[in-house]
Amino acid sequence: MADGESSREATARTLRNAFGNVFSFFILLLIGILAFSIRLFSVIKYESVIHEFDPYFNYRVTQFLTKNGIYDFWNWFDDRTWYPLGRVIGGTVYPGLTLTAGTLWWLLNSLNIPLSVETVCVFTAPIFSAFASWATYLLTKEVKGTGAGLTAAVLLAMVPSYISRSVAGSYDNEAVAIFALIFTFYLYIKTLNTGSLFYATLNALAYFYMVCSWGGYTFIINLIPMHVLLCIVTGRYSSRLYIAYAPLVVLGTLLAALVPVVGFNAVMTSEHFASFLVFIIIHVVALVYHVKGNLSPRMFKVAVTLVVSVGLVVCCAMIAVLIALVASSPTKGWSGRSLSLLDPTYASKYIPIIASVSEHQPPTWPSYFMDINVLAFLVPAGIIACFLPLSDASSFVVLYIVTAVYFSGVMVRLMLVFAPAACIMSGIALSEAFNVLTRSIKFQLPGSSGISQSGDTSMNTEGEQNDIAKTEKMDETAKERPSKKNKRKEKEPVVKASIRSRIERRLLVLPLEASVIAIILLVLLGAFYVKVACKVDAALNVHASTLEKSSRVGRWKLVHCVWAAAEAYSAPSIVLTTYSREGGLHVFDDFREAYAWLSHNTEVDDKVASWWDYGYQTTAMANRTVIVDNNTWNNTHIATVGTAMSSPEKAAWEIFNSLDVKYVLVVFGGLVGYPSDDINKFLWMVRIGGGVFPHIKEPDYLRDGQYRIDSQATPTMLNCLMYKLSYYRFVETDGKAFDRVRQTEIGKKYFKLTHFEEVFTTHHWMVRIYKLKPPKNRIRGKTKKSKSKASSTSSPKRSGTGKRNPWH
Amino acid sequence: MARSTAMKAAGLILALLIFTFFSLAASSSNNQIQILNAERRIDLSSHIVKVFLTLKVENVGTSPASEIFLAFPPSQADQLALVKAQAAIGKKKKKSYVHLDVNPTQLPDAPNGTKYFSISLLNPLSSGETATLEVLYILTHSLEPFPAEISQLESQLVYFRDSALMLSPYHIKQQTTFIKTPSTKVESFTRVEPTKFAGRELKYGPYEDRPPYSFSPVIVHLENNSPFAVVEELLREVEISHWGNLQITEHYKLVHAGARHKGVFSRVDYQSRASVKGASSFKHLLASLPPRVHSVYYRDEIGNISSSHLRTDYRKSELEIEPRYPLFGGWKATFVIGYGLPLEDFLFESPDGKRYLNFSFGCPLAQTVVNKLTIKVVLPEGSKDPSAAVPYPVEQRLETKYSYLDVVGRTVLVLEKKNVVPEHITPFQVYYTFKPIFMLAEPLMLASVYFLFFMACVAYLQIDISIRK
Repeated sequence: MADGESSREATARTLRNAFGNVFSFFILLLIGILAFSIRLFSVIKYESVIHEFDPYFNYRVTQFLTKNGIYDFWNWFDDRTWYPLGRVIGGTVYPGLTLTAGTLWWLLNSLNIPLSVETVCVFTAPIFSAFASWATYLLTKEVKGTGAGLTAAVLLAMVPSYISRSVAGSYDNEAVAIFALIFTFYLYIKTLNTGSLFYATLNALAYFYMVCSWGGYTFIINLIPMHVLLCIVTGRYSSRLYIAYAPLVVLGTLLAALVPVVGFNAVMTSEHFASFLVFIIIHVVALVYHVKGNLSPRMFKVAVTLVVSVGLVVCCAMIAVLIALVASSPTKGWSGRSLSLLDPTYASKYIPIIASVSEHQPPTWPSYFMDINVLAFLVPAGIIACFLPLSDASSFVVLYIVTAVYFSGVMVRLMLVFAPAACIMSGIALSEAFNVLTRSIKFQLPGSSGISQSGDTSMNTEGEQNDIAKTEKMDETAKERPSKKNKRKEKEPVVKASIRSRIERRLLVLPLEASVIAIILLVLLGAFYVKVACKVDAALNVHASTLEKSSRVGRWKLVHCVWAAAEAYSAPSIVLTTYSREGGLHVFDDFREAYAWLSHNTEVDDKVASWWDYGYQTTAMANRTVIVDNNTWNNTHIATVGTAMSSPEKAAWEIFNSLDVKYVLVVFGGLVGYPSDDINKFLWMVRIGGGVFPHIKEPDYLRDGQYRIDSQATPTMLNCLMYKLSYYRFVETDGKAFDRVRQTEIGKKYFKLTHFEEVFTTHHWMVRIYKLKPPKNRIRGKTKKSKSKASSTSSPKRSGTGKRNPWH
Repeated sequence: MARSTAMKAAGLILALLIFTFFSLAASSSNNQIQILNAERRIDLSSHIVKVFLTLKVENVGTSPASEIFLAFPPSQADQLALVKAQAAIGKKKKKSYVHLDVNPTQLPDAPNGTKYFSISLLNPLSSGETATLEVLYILTHSLEPFPAEISQLESQLVYFRDSALMLSPYHIKQQTTFIKTPSTKVESFTRVEPTKFAGRELKYGPYEDRPPYSFSPVIVHLENNSPFAVVEELLREVEISHWGNLQITEHYKLVHAGARHKGVFSRVDYQSRASVKGASSFKHLLASLPPRVHSVYYRDEIGNISSSHLRTDYRKSELEIEPRYPLFGGWKATFVIGYGLPLEDFLFESPDGKRYLNFSFGCPLAQTVVNKLTIKVVLPEGSKDPSAAVPYPVEQRLETKYSYLDVVGRTVLVLEKKNVVPEHITPFQVYYTFKPIFMLAEPLMLASVYFLFFMACVAYLQIDISIRK
């Protein structure tokens, strides 16, 4: 009889397990769909187009890859950028993203699904954010069970910080790298929990994928050693830790060295140093444990004193040599970007190029709140929850969030690394809170068999309708699942921890009313999460009308809030829109207008000079050779362009002519009020130019330390090329030359260009393209005079301009 | 430069004239027809030159004549896009026109490479009878910009070259030529008395009794600021889906074929008075699409172009598009227009069980010349025996295209034609056979793949592959 009963119980449990699995599978599927579709607003609202700057380069590389194949890709020397230096693309690019999208495209095309490369590139980021939320589920599940996993996955699918980098069209390394990062962490934890070499190998492969994808892989290769060290120091060393770490270092380093852009850096730069040090330490510790196991305690003590005294001397010598080696290199073996991470003031002191990028600035408090909002309050609760039973896995997550907080505080871009950690922590916190509260309700509900039952209380409760309790149930079932499937016993500490937690749970019974209210509050908090995202984002959004729209629709507020949250980040930045008073949409498509003009109406081999921000877009959209681009690898070259832009016309002409430049492109927002134009970036050009060519001095461009372009501006400022190219004939638009970005009338309104001629200006004047006049035009000629009447710009009369232009 | 070529041409034509007098006797076969009255109206108001020719022919010979020949100098023959002829039947009140066949032919005694077109008459013209023929022919690329390069502020001047006397293998008793100019501004024109210029019309003639192959070259130098929109290459892809949609994708390579733009383009000038400062440029194009058009898009290789407007009514749809930037002389732009159409408006079943697509040939953009038009009709997968019925001589070939989940590929019928003008927009038909069962191939394929996937999942979950129990 007992046999039959137990079998019936077993079948019931299997059914419940199956139901729980299917249920969580569908929840995960929905989370994936949510993560994918929340990122499609950019396509719906704008169009399926690549965004911003770097994605255009990645898109161009992907095009090359799909057209010419992988071998040409590795050998690709790009002569259309950094003229006349060129750039070895195959060896200087993280190929993960490109290869991923290329493979995806190839797969689809071999199935005769003729999607364009562009479409594949646009949708890569949303697809991988769905993967990332699944990876978050797996990681959190390993740390704190299924319930926490699902909550964390939902949070990650919607966290604004991550949305901002992975909307459709944002085809950047981070799109796949965040997935790779979380997945690598998951496999590390999985190996740590199971001690399986299989997962250790997978972990090395995932790490390899991460190395392929993003320079942020150094975060992994420093965080994992830190965790290993932490485990060793806190006496948590085990063979599982060894299996999780040693293969990763060996295999991972070998694989990382295969990526051309990393190469020997994988063993030579200081970023990887920590991993090798910990590798040595873990072996020493392993040896100690081994020896300790084999020797009697007394013998062991003797051995320890012997080894320590000898080993200390050797170690000191080794470390001294190492430090000397590292210290001998000027940057101490660290790359500039890593150094600016360790020393936040480093970049602004030494490398203006890194400092000039807005995403390398430290974030402000509002940006924290905007990017992760309520998660910021849940994180501490999550950390506490991790400590309640501290396991290897939860200590890793705690370490992860602590380091990520630091890095995100240094560079706003690394908020992206912080976001998954915050999601995991908040997921844990929320799920723990729900656990406690529902348990309190359950224990106090009349007629419930909860108290009388031991162990599996939550599994056997009848008449449970609360779906939160269901998640909890799955939490329990999922804990059982690996032990069943792998036919292996759960690890001792985990089981112990769970028993301990159960006891604790029973102690943590709250009054019924309090817990019901708390659950409602938590649900409200979830709504608030979405809603706050809406408010903050809408406030940042230029179009206030979105807020009105969302507030008008009362019932579907949440849905609309998500919509607005996505909207703030979905502008592709090459197309700008405003709403006119009648509600119509006005589109500013000037960038593409200019690029299309360049690509169709100039010679294929013409060189276009612009500030480096527009380099990637020019090569990708206009297919013209540029002097500098967003891969700021050569400071001198950028400084040359910066110098030319800040020099007077003639000197600038000479610089550009020496670089074979035929067209100069400037971005000008003064007519329509587009704030991120070249005049606003101009001080960086001066700074970077002056850093290499000392005759450009920043104070020359500032009046009493103030940057201005009105009548108070310095003569150097009013005569530099950037000023002239931006404001050439600007006064004729409104008669006053009122600059709508700087909110002032410009200083010098009427002037002529001697060495440049305007060849194209876009509809809203946002991009202006000038052509260098050929040298022969500069010679004074009689025939030219008649022409200068017809077209007022081509005036070669130097004497004439000389009079009006005393600084020339 | 252009003047000297004009001189050269004049000299050549003089030689031709002399030659024609000698060859008069040789062309005895043509002697039996004479033209009583020829009236030519040349319309130069756009860059597509339309010539309306009204001929009153008489058979003065003995035997009935079934063909009338039109002669074109070789330079014009290359620019000739279309020749159409019709005959007027009946008297003034009940006049109706009958379309006549026109075919290029060769005559054995053609002087100096003259090209001929023969008009086949409905009823042979018997001796002494007269007939009135109306001919329309269209010339493209026949306006030569001079000066060849202009700045933004100048307006565009072009040369038009023709003969004051009509080139014809027949004796012409009386002829007049009217040239309609787009504006009153005409720089110069050759005088061949009597010549009169009034308003927007230049009149040559009437000239009496000119022998066959008379030629008198004239050059008109006039202002023409109409958009010289030339599509260098147009690829129209028509994809038939028997699920009810006809998808059309049109790839344009547009160029402004007028006088080349030189030097500065100033937006300030262009925006202040575009009609004066930038007169020769154009920024709007009008595409007339079939009614009931849906999902229209207008984009280029770097994304959507937002400046377009679609107006639809029950008879036709009009799509007004603006390229990304105004086009000045020599500037190019490429773009793609795509749209869907309901299939039942275009696909029919012929009595013999074949299906046929009835679609319009030519370029939907108004007032444009297409240098090379390629129409690809993508038939559904599994269709057989494609054949096309096109009213003009076109090059045809077959291709295979693989689209969504195709296995054997779709048959593509490719039609190619050079020098296409809006007058070429007439329906053409593509016949093919298709079994409806092929429509289910792809859904079935997908269904079976899903089925196999789930089977694999089930199998994976059921099979225990561990060695140790």
